[in-house]
Amino acid sequence: MDLMKVNKTECMTNEALQNLISNWIPELTFTEEGSQYLNIIVKPEHLHQLMSQLKSNNDTSFDYLFCLSGVDWGKELGVVYHLESTTYRHTIVVKTQTTDRENPTIDSVCDIWKTAEFHEREVFDFFGITFNNHPNLKRLFLTDEWDGFPLRKDYVDEINMIIK
Amino acid sequence: MDTTIENSNLKSEEYFINMGPQHPATHGVLRLLLTIDGEIIKKVEPDLGYIHRSIEKMSERDSYQQIVHLTDRMDYLSSHINNEAVCLTVENALQLEVPERVKVIRTIISELTRIASHCLWWGVMGMDVGALTSYFYGFRDREMINDIFEETCGARLTMNYNLPGGLMYDIHPNFVKRTKDFIAHFKTKLPEYDRLLTGNVIFQKRMKGVGILTKEDAISFGASGPVARGSGYSCDVRKHHPYSAYKNVSFTESLKTAGDSLARYEVRIQEMWESMSIIEQLIDNIPEGDYKVATKAVIKLPKGEFYQKVETARGELGVYIISTGTKNPYRIKFRSPGLSNLSLLNHIAVGGKIGDLVASMATLDLVIPDIDR
Repeated sequence: MDLMKVNKTECMTNEALQNLISNWIPELTFTEEGSQYLNIIVKPEHLHQLMSQLKSNNDTSFDYLFCLSGVDWGKELGVVYHLESTTYRHTIVVKTQTTDRENPTIDSVCDIWKTAEFHEREVFDFFGITFNNHPNLKRLFLTDEWDGFPLRKDYVDEINMIIK
Repeated sequence: MDTTIENSNLKSEEYFINMGPQHPATHGVLRLLLTIDGEIIKKVEPDLGYIHRSIEKMSERDSYQQIVHLTDRMDYLSSHINNEAVCLTVENALQLEVPERVKVIRTIISELTRIASHCLWWGVMGMDVGALTSYFYGFRDREMINDIFEETCGARLTMNYNLPGGLMYDIHPNFVKRTKDFIAHFKTKLPEYDRLLTGNVIFQKRMKGVGILTKEDAISFGASGPVARGSGYSCDVRKHHPYSAYKNVSFTESLKTAGDSLARYEVRIQEMWESMSIIEQLIDNIPEGDYKVATKAVIKLPKGEFYQKVETARGELGVYIISTGTKNPYRIKFRSPGLSNLSLLNHIAVGGKIGDLVASMATLDLVIPDIDR
């Protein structure tokens, strides 16, 4: 029963989160449009700094990365991070994207959350996004010889894909 | 003796062995590359993708009703809960309120699914550590649940009983009675599980203090479900983000702090008691009403992003939909509990023996199609 009583700390509102986080790094975009969570859009060069602060700051304390997804937005390729704090139970979504489709590169967050290691490999496998400083970046599901990145919108495979 | 060895040129050497993809303890096509020194494990590297079907890519060309059917091919032991996750996401996006009757029936079947899944896990868990009898006990009790599902849902494993807006059809007239009969039966049988396996000295020695995962590591590895709760991390989605009828029932989140294989085992046994209690609270009070609300034949979600998490028998399943307002999702991501739980296998197995790896892996309760999707 005592275990249940821990973690009953006050959770921050989206507004308070935005006020706090916008002081850390300039050029962050905040939006709640079309999403149940507060979204932050960050440039790839600021991603790692933002992420490590989101985890280490005592007021935000986002220690649980529960979803890491690659997304192909058409022109841009990017990654969406869903974060939750197990202390405060508030949630935030961080998005980053790059227009370089030939050689997309984003910093790894493996050193912040260990779960990122497998999930970044999945994104590398299906979207071809390279993660800097990843300890073991190779394909997770497909074979090394596989040509192309299947979850990209411009991926063509006439044999295995049934297009309706 | 020692000096003889020191003076000779005997030395140990690390080498690789393959475990799987066809190994009885991996319960599916999972291949583990083990680096070992003698019998001590130095590294475990999973090789995945043997049954990857790219459900996420397939879903991008499918309608929302069709996607529901793909999801029970992920974690097939939580098929009803997977279906429910997609339906809840679609219903939330459409701001569609389903009848109370639907919520209660969904919750009862989810909990029956959890018991069935844990029964199977308990059976093969015993088998993995050499206690073959448990397999037959687990399957005997799971069979009763499968019969209930067969009668009401029309299938025993991949049930497809949910659809956006409610249920495919109403419950079978026998459903309430058979569920109550099962609960009465299982209440006398679950203590047998403890007598047969939990207290066994050999079993205890295989489990206690083996495969230790701390709470900090559980959170960092994104663990969820009984794996995380065995390390004292309170993460039950049914408690923290209640959906369907979980707001209206009282139950205790099973938590253990030891973080070893035995703790994960005990959490699941306790969860079966809690699931029975949830079903008992609901089974006599299924509200009257419709079993679905009508939706349009072609469901189009509004433009935006939608996220829904549910608690499957393995942990937190997340459904993340990006919609551009058309009849197909622009991107759908299934956050599977299995992949995150597998990622910590190397961490808990290093330094142990191969036999301990088998026991620890059994307590992670991996379902490979859930990892491969």
